[in-house]
Amino acid sequence: MNKVMSNKAVIALYVLPALILIVGLIYGPMLLTGYYGLMEWNGMASMTFVGIENYIDLIQDPKFWESAKHSFLLAFFSTLSLAGYLIVSLVLAGKIKGSDLFRKIYLIPMLLSSVAIAQLWIKIYDPNNGMLNSLLMSMGVETPPSWLADTNLVLYAIFVAILWQYAGFYIIIYYAALKGIPESLVEAAKIDGANPIQIAYKIKVPLISGVIKVTVVLAIVGSLKYFDLIYVMTGGGPNGASEVIASYMYKKAFDTFDFGYGSAIAFFLLIITLIVTWLTRKLTATEDEVQY
Amino acid sequence: MIHAWKKLLLLIAFATVLVLAACGGDSDEASSGNNESGSDGEGKTIEFMHLWPEGSSKQHYEIVEGIIDEYESNHSDVKVEVEILSNEQYKEKLKVLSTSNELPDVGMTWAAGFLEPYVSGNMFASLDDLLEGPLKDKFVPGTAEAYAIDDTTYGLPLELNITPLFYNKAIFEENGVEVPETLEEFKQVVQTLVDNGVTPIALGNKDRWTGSMWYMYLADRIGGPQSLNDAINRTGSFEDPSLVQAAEELKSLVDMDAFLNGYNGLGNDEAKGYFINEQAAMYLMGSWDLPEWTTNEDNPQEFRDSIGYMKFPVVEGGEGDKDSFVGGPGVGLFVAENSDVKEEAKDFVSFFVEKWGEQSVEKAGVIPATKVDTEGTDLPQMYVDVLNDLNQASNITLYADVQMSAAVAEVHLDMIQALFGDAVSPEEFVKEQENALAQEE
Repeated sequence: MNKVMSNKAVIALYVLPALILIVGLIYGPMLLTGYYGLMEWNGMASMTFVGIENYIDLIQDPKFWESAKHSFLLAFFSTLSLAGYLIVSLVLAGKIKGSDLFRKIYLIPMLLSSVAIAQLWIKIYDPNNGMLNSLLMSMGVETPPSWLADTNLVLYAIFVAILWQYAGFYIIIYYAALKGIPESLVEAAKIDGANPIQIAYKIKVPLISGVIKVTVVLAIVGSLKYFDLIYVMTGGGPNGASEVIASYMYKKAFDTFDFGYGSAIAFFLLIITLIVTWLTRKLTATEDEVQY
Repeated sequence: MIHAWKKLLLLIAFATVLVLAACGGDSDEASSGNNESGSDGEGKTIEFMHLWPEGSSKQHYEIVEGIIDEYESNHSDVKVEVEILSNEQYKEKLKVLSTSNELPDVGMTWAAGFLEPYVSGNMFASLDDLLEGPLKDKFVPGTAEAYAIDDTTYGLPLELNITPLFYNKAIFEENGVEVPETLEEFKQVVQTLVDNGVTPIALGNKDRWTGSMWYMYLADRIGGPQSLNDAINRTGSFEDPSLVQAAEELKSLVDMDAFLNGYNGLGNDEAKGYFINEQAAMYLMGSWDLPEWTTNEDNPQEFRDSIGYMKFPVVEGGEGDKDSFVGGPGVGLFVAENSDVKEEAKDFVSFFVEKWGEQSVEKAGVIPATKVDTEGTDLPQMYVDVLNDLNQASNITLYADVQMSAAVAEVHLDMIQALFGDAVSPEEFVKEQENALAQEE
């Protein structure tokens, strides 16, 4: 067996199918997108090579930067919300009554499709018959805002729905990591007289720091390319107030038949995401990994 | 080491060849299949792709099946092969098929802006000979024209829609208001309803084309049908005073709270819900919604009975008249330019259009683009009225976003939402659109 596995040709043979799939289905289309970004093309008629014109237009396109700003805002709030999810997980992983039930409740949004979640929140935000405004009115607010029509509020209204959508995902990751901490460490801390907050802060969180780093990268990357709830709930409107990079790309490529420009946006998004991922990893890198 | 890498490269090359060969084999097969269907003198196959699946559009589906059966029994040497997809998938697939030049012989398309990329890519065949020949004078004027680019017609419409202003008679009665004839009277109706705490107009402007219809009617009533059309086809300008005034009138309706609270965040279906739940008094919508107010059993009979419609009010001193409508043809049929059975396909299209015109009103509640004789048909009264209005229409202005190219339409729709949302002034509203139109010239 050892002899076979040290044979480079055999290794190559084993790797090959996966390699072909990855190159053909992931890296190939990626490069192709970058290539289309150099074209003026409506997706049907013949392409015209225009060089980096699309990318120059992109840099000068205020609508693009507006949507990029929204994407980064989402990334910021998603990262921030991780702290909240971590606290919830710490509580759930402790031995409290009903933690099992709560875990299931937090997990429910993960079981729903994005479109269903979008419909649900559209109903909640309905300005006249919706749950939220009915509640506000019963509390004495006379003219509650129309959440999805108000250009100042719409972005945050959608963020709430997105954060809700992903809560279960991160909570389950943290929960699993916390459950992996050896009980003996916590016991030892208890004997030394540490209170639960100290245990959480000084023992548990440092021990799962590797997982936390992964979730930070996931949250940021996921936010930058986020698309579905926004597309269904507002389509990026009203007037671009909730437009993000991915929805802007879709609009350009498929609604206005500007495939070249859409591809340029997509490729630009890829580059931004790569840079941000690299930066995040750099910033959160620590010298020594915790061992137990 | 080097040896191993050489082997790896060889393997990759080999695998690539395999993959390519597989692709090649596929397309070979496809093209030989086409040849068979085309040149084989005995049995010819027309590939037909449509978008009415049995599940979601049963009545449409059945009419199509009936027409095909009849056609096949008349032409024993021709077989029609059907592929059915739902709306969005259909549009996607059509795009993909056209990039690989494998369009079905006969398929469905939409007018003007949708058609353009396909025509510029030389995908659709000219159907002028059908309009000159067997289908001469069969269409309601203005419908087939919407499928023409540079005076050549590339599609034949199956549906025609106008946009009546539907209203709830019960709500009107309760609030003591009458059907308005003029914009002044219309505003009084709106004011009375607002004062009584009733939402006057259901509007879901998240979709934007819904708001566009309001603007188009005001532009038509103030400047006549020409002012907007001329601005779009560049014989005129979007900065025409009548188009500015239309924007101002729209803004004054917005300021009166005429529209449903939160309209810019509500989709059309949600807004329709308010009208159906009798939470709003009026609703401007295409005649494709007629079954909703006449035959749809999901809505209570009492509600359906209380729905009437009016023509959009006129503006004093305006150019437009009451019989001018905003509307346009819906889906139509095309014949692929590179079809192997082009003549048969055209013949089938011509047959289909005629049969569809005879059957679609009664069986599916569709207003066809061909002229309909309402005598002796058993139709809900509202259909008869709308069809009669249609026959007397002085003009039908095609939906603006359909008339414009995709990029300009996007600017128009954004501006509509901005105007409704008080984000632009009427002057900025026309200026932005003028710029977008001028840029494309």
